[in-house]
Amino acid sequence: MFAYTLRRLAGAVPTVFVIIAIAFFMIRLAPGGPFDQERSVPPEIQANLDRAYHLDEPLVQQFLRYLGDILTGDFGPSFRYKDFTVTELVAEGFPVSLKLGLAAMVIAVVVGFAAGAYAALRRNSGFDAATMTLAMTGIAVPNFVIAPLLTLTLGVWLALLPVGGWGSFDQAILPVVALALPEIAYIARLTRGSMLEVLRADFVRTARAKGLSERAMVLRHALQAAALPVLSFLGPTTAAVITGSVVIEQIFGIPGIGRYFVQGALNRDYTLVMGVVIFYAAVIIAFNLLVDLLYPLLDPRVRHD
Amino acid sequence: MRDAGVRLLRNRAAVVSGFVLAVIAAACVLVPWFAPWPLDAVDWSAIQAPPSADHWFGTDGNGRDLFVRIFYGGRISLTLGLAATLVAVVIGVAWGATAGYVGGTIDGLMMRTVDVLYALPFIFFVILLMVFFGRDVVLMFVALGAVSWLDMARIVRGQTLSLKRQEFVRAAHAMGLRPVAVVARHIVPNLLGPVAVFATLTVPRVILFESLLSFLGLGVQEPMTSWGVLISEGASAMESAPWMLLFPAVFLATTLFALNFIGDGLRDALDPRDH
Repeated sequence: MFAYTLRRLAGAVPTVFVIIAIAFFMIRLAPGGPFDQERSVPPEIQANLDRAYHLDEPLVQQFLRYLGDILTGDFGPSFRYKDFTVTELVAEGFPVSLKLGLAAMVIAVVVGFAAGAYAALRRNSGFDAATMTLAMTGIAVPNFVIAPLLTLTLGVWLALLPVGGWGSFDQAILPVVALALPEIAYIARLTRGSMLEVLRADFVRTARAKGLSERAMVLRHALQAAALPVLSFLGPTTAAVITGSVVIEQIFGIPGIGRYFVQGALNRDYTLVMGVVIFYAAVIIAFNLLVDLLYPLLDPRVRHD
Repeated sequence: MRDAGVRLLRNRAAVVSGFVLAVIAAACVLVPWFAPWPLDAVDWSAIQAPPSADHWFGTDGNGRDLFVRIFYGGRISLTLGLAATLVAVVIGVAWGATAGYVGGTIDGLMMRTVDVLYALPFIFFVILLMVFFGRDVVLMFVALGAVSWLDMARIVRGQTLSLKRQEFVRAAHAMGLRPVAVVARHIVPNLLGPVAVFATLTVPRVILFESLLSFLGLGVQEPMTSWGVLISEGASAMESAPWMLLFPAVFLATTLFALNFIGDGLRDALDPRDH
């Protein structure tokens, strides 16, 4: 288990390196620089600015310097938010994004799993048909469409909930729901499929044959087995929730890191954009690893030797 | 293959979806031709006007007819979806078939590349690309295609591996056909089924991606428009002009719906064991 973790972490190194390299060179090779939008400055001052941020060095040297800085945990100062380092900005935005994302994931897993499992148990019932139609809607309609529609109906027309901002419980409902809906849909479909398969399995027939009540059979045997594909889907879900939160944070004016990313890209804030990309990549990789480590606990057939 | 066609035609959701999609596509081609209002014509007597006999879907904040703009936008969204999917299919099939057929170290290297790329948060790279290299439509579909081929490469490789062991491929090989010819004439044609299914499901994903970029203001630029742009404009004006949000949202959602149903139907028809 420990060796496996180490091996996986070692395997993540080339991935992170490629991410850093692509992002770094793409940003640097693009036309335009971080100080373009300011008043034109005398060449001496420009040269000083460039020197202060090491922009006058050859690109490869800048890259190596950046790699070295990262290894010591220094993601550099933000080029735009002058008094802040990237680490400070990410540290400020992350708790907000984390709350938003975690709430959406928990809701997605609980609601999606329950709805999917129940639909499978009541196969071809009205509930089944309704759930699957709703799930198709959730998959087909993107969250940047769902979010304004929810805001329009619940926020503006019915005036039940605030339409933006962050801080109170009321304000969190719409963004969390909008972020969770597509994932609820995917998980419900996935669970229904795997539950139908499990219900045909031999061990379920055995459980029934030995006289277990339907309820005990479902609770003790079927649900656990049906949960496995959902667990391995959590990796892609994290990635989707992170991507989604970039949009949702924009729409609802939530001060998380997603907003920094779009703003940073538009402002050519090199260090901020790099920092956010690396941070997100690390979160996704860490979550995938966590899921793979949890897997053998639920499914003894899987072992990481 | 004919059985698959019959099964597909028996799938009511897929048939209805195909019909709806055909109607929307036809309207996107025809409406801009016959419409009384050009894309950017301003009707000064109807600024942000609700739907009426003159403007069926109302007008936007600049008095431009929304009915016409939706079908212009549809042209862009659908064309981008198809073009980017084509890019993804070409790269994915070539990559996957080569890796699967050649095997060995080359296969390992090629699939390892796919694995590494898979872990990249692609949406961020597309956003960066659009920001730093300008909001160019051609660049956008190349970028969208270039990020969508990974799944395709994996699926195609798996299929190629199993095809490679079959007798007709070994026979072709024994008859002295060059590897390139074997891949082109015997492997690729037999991949059509899974490739068709996956391509159908890629189109809505790309359209969604494009709309997302346009929604963030990073995609299609004025004077052109797309469904994402229209939804973005509608979302910022929804309190005073909800029709600006509702109509484009309905068209985008219906199209994505239809494409997903067709993809599902196609998969069920080609692989009846699964469902």
